[in-house]
Amino acid sequence: MSVPLPWILYLSSALFSIGVYGMLTRRHAIGLLLSVELILNASVLNFVAFGRLYGNVHAQAFALFIIALAACEAVVGLAIIIGLARSAGTVFVDRLTLLKG
Amino acid sequence: MEDTVVTIPGSTYNVASLPSMLPVEPISHIAFGLLAVLILAGAGWVVALPNLFRAALSLGIVLVGVAGVFILLEAEFLAFIQILVYVGAILTIIVFAVMLTANVSAPAEPIPSSKRGAAALASLAMFAVLAGLIRGIAWPSGEPQAPTTAAIGQQLVTTLVLPFELISVLFVAVMIGAITLATATRDEPRGAPKAPRG
Repeated sequence: MSVPLPWILYLSSALFSIGVYGMLTRRHAIGLLLSVELILNASVLNFVAFGRLYGNVHAQAFALFIIALAACEAVVGLAIIIGLARSAGTVFVDRLTLLKG
Repeated sequence: MEDTVVTIPGSTYNVASLPSMLPVEPISHIAFGLLAVLILAGAGWVVALPNLFRAALSLGIVLVGVAGVFILLEAEFLAFIQILVYVGAILTIIVFAVMLTANVSAPAEPIPSSKRGAAALASLAMFAVLAGLIRGIAWPSGEPQAPTTAAIGQQLVTTLVLPFELISVLFVAVMIGAITLATATRDEPRGAPKAPRG
């Protein structure tokens, strides 16, 4: 194997942890979305590495679906954020209290 | 695997044995190291840069680095999809959204450093747990075989045709939903000047 599997797993878990840190510290809604993209990339990396290890074709197809779903998520999320910026006047998640009872 | 013999005037090369003659291992290890540094630095900028526009551009660095790792993992098709969909489409939308919401996000208040430290501690602990798990498992060390693009394409139109088509339906729903959400104007923006009446 050209690149040992554990290296890729370490890289993807580091990417995942950085994404979690971003989710915990970002206040801007788009910042949260960027962190989610990091986490999704970490998972795709794992799918590809394990699919290669076991010679599984479905792993890469599944990674493809994850990328497509990430596109959907980004589009809907950004539409919501733009709508929020227009109607609520803020995009900081700790100031959004529209649904507060 | 059949041996492919290519005859070049003057000499005969066995193409199948060429990769073992080249020093592939160190080169791919160095490339992986460089890509890992690129990805982790970019990811650090994504979560740490206060300027969201620069954070979005750093996400581009991460995405290109991950595409490079895909190429190292012999997943060329996925690497191209990553560049096309992620860098070409998603990142463009994100940059546009950052610019569209710039007027309401100008005063970026930083998170208190105590909360920042707690978050760093939590994510570091998570990484430590994951790394410990990875370290504790004896991974199989067989010769890996990456599936070819042709095999993936074949799967997408045979076994996986239903999820593949469902994705297209989902895309249509997402497009309609996004247009509806982004064009809905129920309230005037809070800070916008009101139009004079009469």
